[in-house]
Amino acid sequence: MFENFLASLMTIEGFAFYLFSILTIGLFSVTVMSKNVLYAMTSLAAAMILVSGFFFLLGADFLGVIQIIVYVGAIIALYAFAMMFFDATRDIKEKNTSNSIVFLLGGMSALVLVLMFAAPIHSNDIQALYPMTEGVGNAQDVGMVLFTKYLIPFEVAAVMLLVAMISGIILAGKKMDNSITENMEVDNDADDEIMIKKDKK
Amino acid sequence: MIGLSHYLIVSAIIFSIGLVGVLRRRNLLMLFFATEIMLNAANIAFAAISHYYNDLTGQMFAFFIIAIAASEVAVGLGILIVLYKKHGSLDLDDLASMRG
Repeated sequence: MFENFLASLMTIEGFAFYLFSILTIGLFSVTVMSKNVLYAMTSLAAAMILVSGFFFLLGADFLGVIQIIVYVGAIIALYAFAMMFFDATRDIKEKNTSNSIVFLLGGMSALVLVLMFAAPIHSNDIQALYPMTEGVGNAQDVGMVLFTKYLIPFEVAAVMLLVAMISGIILAGKKMDNSITENMEVDNDADDEIMIKKDKK
Repeated sequence: MIGLSHYLIVSAIIFSIGLVGVLRRRNLLMLFFATEIMLNAANIAFAAISHYYNDLTGQMFAFFIIAIAASEVAVGLGILIVLYKKHGSLDLDDLASMRG
């Protein structure tokens, strides 16, 4: 067992796997445990980059690039913008419930979920639905399957992203002219009245 | 050699970290971070299964998960900004308005 582990550590793939997994698990636990939003977001961004390392190891090059572009480029940037609205440098005061019960419950239920969904994988009668073609790069292969077999889900995802963009603009852009961190207590009630009036219309 | 079970174990550990975060956190922004962690764990599992069964379906599902995560963040951050305008905090205990 242990010699097996050492032997896999000697190969470049095994070394990269163990390095990435230790770093991602550490960084994700910093995200979950940290009291500061800035630390949590930075470690989340770093861990996302390392998760794309897993994808490159697994030969899913296009997925890794998309992971970097969408997660680190778009989602983390969106969080960074949102943090400008909230007071990000202040530590978060949270009234945490007892930690050991949460860890026990979280670990147990995650284990049960993963076992439930991973159990069919270990049967033998699984066959590839869309097998990878030999001698074709990953991006080309993905494109051929995505634009033939998965064309309708792709279009639906495009419409979903459009709807999400419109709803984001409408939700966040309402009354953008007054600041939300300054003089909030003053005109809070007036804002509420305006919202009620709009709702009645 | 690194097998499929190695990747699945790492994915399970990351998923449980995210679940612990969802259970433990009281701040809405931190809850969003924890959901991102869980989605990433699912993506790792999908990519690993796709690699070891030589099948592209797992990668396709991972793409759609990424698209869903992006739109979830767009809508969720809009809702967070509206809530922050209304209540002045993102703590779940302050936001609870329906007390049974």
